Amino acid sequence: MSSLEKRLAAEKRFKFYGMFAMTLSLFFVLILMYKIFSTGSGAFVRTTINADVYFDPNFIEVSSNSSKKEIMKASYVDLADQVINQNHPGLDEENFIKVREMYTRKFDYQLRDYIANNPNVIGKTVNLDISASSDLDQIVKGNYPRNVPEAQRKINDYQLSILDSLDSKGKMSKTFNFWFFTNGDSRDPETAGILGALMGSFYALLICFSFAFPIGLLASVYLEEFVKPGKITDIIEVNINNLAAVPSIVYGLLGLGMLIGVFGMPYQVPLVGGLVLGFMTLPTIIIASRASLRGVPPSIREGALAVGATKMQTVFHHVIPLSLPGTLTGTIIGMAQALGETAPLLLVGMVAFVMEIPGGAFDPATGLPSQIYLWSESAERGFLEKTSAGIMLLLSFLIIMNTVAVLVRRKLEVKW
Amino acid sequence: MLYLSLVFVFILSYSFYFYGKKRALSLKFKKNENLSSLPDYYGYYVVLLVFFPAIIIWFFLLIFKSNFQEMFVMSPVLFPDVATWSSGKFGLIMNKISNLSMIVNLSEIDLTVGDKSILKMASESEIIAAKNLANFDKIYGWSNLTLFIILPVLLGFLATKSISGKLNAQPIVEKIISYVIKGSSYIAIFITFGIFFSLVFEAINFFRYVNFMDFFFNTAWNPNRAFVINASEGFDQEALKEAFGFVPLLTGTLLIASVAMLVAVPLGLLTAIYLAEYASSKVRDIAKPIIEILAGIPTVVYGFFAALSLAPFIKDVGEGVGLPVSAESALAAGLAMGVMIIPFVSSLSDDVIKAVPQSLREGSYAIGATKSETIKKVILPAALAGIMGSFLLAISRAIGETMIVVMAASLRANLTFNPLEPATTITTQIVTSLIGDVEFDNPKTLVAFALGLTLFVMTLILNIAAITIVKKYREKYE
Repeated sequence: MSSLEKRLAAEKRFKFYGMFAMTLSLFFVLILMYKIFSTGSGAFVRTTINADVYFDPNFIEVSSNSSKKEIMKASYVDLADQVINQNHPGLDEENFIKVREMYTRKFDYQLRDYIANNPNVIGKTVNLDISASSDLDQIVKGNYPRNVPEAQRKINDYQLSILDSLDSKGKMSKTFNFWFFTNGDSRDPETAGILGALMGSFYALLICFSFAFPIGLLASVYLEEFVKPGKITDIIEVNINNLAAVPSIVYGLLGLGMLIGVFGMPYQVPLVGGLVLGFMTLPTIIIASRASLRGVPPSIREGALAVGATKMQTVFHHVIPLSLPGTLTGTIIGMAQALGETAPLLLVGMVAFVMEIPGGAFDPATGLPSQIYLWSESAERGFLEKTSAGIMLLLSFLIIMNTVAVLVRRKLEVKW
Repeated sequence: MLYLSLVFVFILSYSFYFYGKKRALSLKFKKNENLSSLPDYYGYYVVLLVFFPAIIIWFFLLIFKSNFQEMFVMSPVLFPDVATWSSGKFGLIMNKISNLSMIVNLSEIDLTVGDKSILKMASESEIIAAKNLANFDKIYGWSNLTLFIILPVLLGFLATKSISGKLNAQPIVEKIISYVIKGSSYIAIFITFGIFFSLVFEAINFFRYVNFMDFFFNTAWNPNRAFVINASEGFDQEALKEAFGFVPLLTGTLLIASVAMLVAVPLGLLTAIYLAEYASSKVRDIAKPIIEILAGIPTVVYGFFAALSLAPFIKDVGEGVGLPVSAESALAAGLAMGVMIIPFVSSLSDDVIKAVPQSLREGSYAIGATKSETIKKVILPAALAGIMGSFLLAISRAIGETMIVVMAASLRANLTFNPLEPATTITTQIVTSLIGDVEFDNPKTLVAFALGLTLFVMTLILNIAAITIVKKYREKYE
């Protein structure tokens, strides 16, 4: 081969390496998405068992005249057992337990809620879809293999035979799992929901925004418009650039050591989580806002000053309104980053088991990413699905926020 | 309630704008006084004098709510000797009272047998304290609300009263605002100080238990040895010596970060070169945002992916070729981290490569070099400093990354350089030492701050080096 041919071959090879590297990077995005969506889609569907439920007054402690509070307080465990006996007649004690395990452990709560909504149902028979247990759900969805020895299965042979007979009678069905969107966390995968974590993240982001946005905006106005470059601005500038690159876990330590340790703020609450996220987002907002202020042409300022406006009037009446789209874009992107941050939430305690939906920034809560982490640590297969579904929800929020940021920039930004 | 009072602060201070302005106008038109500023500014003047005191007090009451709660419940009226209690006893009693507070207001029928016996055992003052605690939120909320209706109105009327024609409101308003924006920009500095002091303070506490040299040069990491033998003697000094050795954490962190850099550097750099020099603008417009998606994905997702798919896959492949691979191998965490870092390397390098002046390229083409020769011999050497800066930033990112290693790396320290073996990192150990019981008088908790300080210093040095290099590089071509 001549030297020119060699050189051209080298050229081709090099171009191929570049293309290969880019394709590989794109491939990683695809495989990540595929894995998440294929594991998580199951969480939006719930297996139910159709059963005739006779609300037998003998097994219900309350009557149709009872107040809602009494209905909610009473126990329905006996009624649930009775319903199973009616639908699967002739069970001995051992088999009864096996069949009971096929239904959700919270069966009695499902009955309670039904009675609370329709008190007149007592004494009547109603056809209801009852949620199956998570293990049964997994076997119906095909996530647990059926053809392995009985000892390695969560569902034994007897339960499988019951399942098949129910299936042949057309009693098994699947419904949309709205519990995933309306419940708090739970020990049972079939009733665990994301709403608590969602509200926790919402309150934390609210605090984060109300701290970081005004302060970030004003700080950038000071640095860009009011102060002459000098030692102090240099220090602040280096400082902000460094803060933007400090690992998020260090901010978590700040929250724990300073806010909780020194100021005595409570543990596990969105207030502290939100403040820590606000500290983290502040540099992002300042950097974006400064760039946006720099984009406003000097002629605007000079025009305002020429007609007799003070410096303050120039900035607040003309410069800030013109730079606001850029600041908002930076803020939304910063908030999207904050939404996905997990490590600071772990350190300020927003990673506990919380069943109740938090009602404010002072209630113990988890955040969306820390809930994902919690579920991913559980051993049960049902939680694997929830983890992926939680990730899907988190990613869709991030996509929405980033899209909004792009739209804000496109629609509102002034081109000079 | 607290948030409702915030709404009141906003509404009341806003409505005083109109009141102040009206007052200024009436001075001008009814009393024929000459105003020193535009009427608007008298409105702003009143708003600022109402809003800032009120909002500062509001934040104060919000942040120190739990302190007020403690003072209210554990008042010296109920417990005369409360000032002499140790913090342990205080916490114990507080805990007891907060348990009592959940049952103290229940009616007779709702009480279980256990509740009744708890109530019987509690002393008179504990019951009162528990009742106070149960009612605290309500009392605090209502008094807060009352305060934030009275306070703004009072301030508003006082401020309006002080308006006269001679009062020049505009400079005052501008002065207040200039202080506010100046203060805002100093908050960034306060945060840095806050980080530094909270880390240093607790780290010093840690080094009171553990020798400085033992920490940095010991090769054994067993924090579970740091238990109290008995209350009077405190910690077993000999056991503490062997408990907190930093070396295996450092090697683990470096090992995982190196694996990540081995993935991210070639892929990121080649991607950047391809996008900057070869790709058509169409490919560029599609591929660049997709690759940047990788940077936007929360790290908890990578961690889940690494633990769920990558680690078992690597284990299977390793066993297929007869290599023993751990289920928590450093390789799996490192690979996932590498994928996460690709966009950092690629987008920073992309900027740097594009900043190389076109004349260098053209000069190289003019003497007959091919594109790849130009890239390898002209552009990369010219952009080297900037590319190095982007690598340093990527390393700093890899060292500080938490969730991937918490979920996919091992919790057990292991002094090794073999990526197939399990390894733990600084960030993993910070998280594990702080999940569960947090006690600020136990080296097991405090070590997190010493580790955090080390991490902070390491990343700070890397960041400053990277920023300086990139800045110097930019100046070269500008």
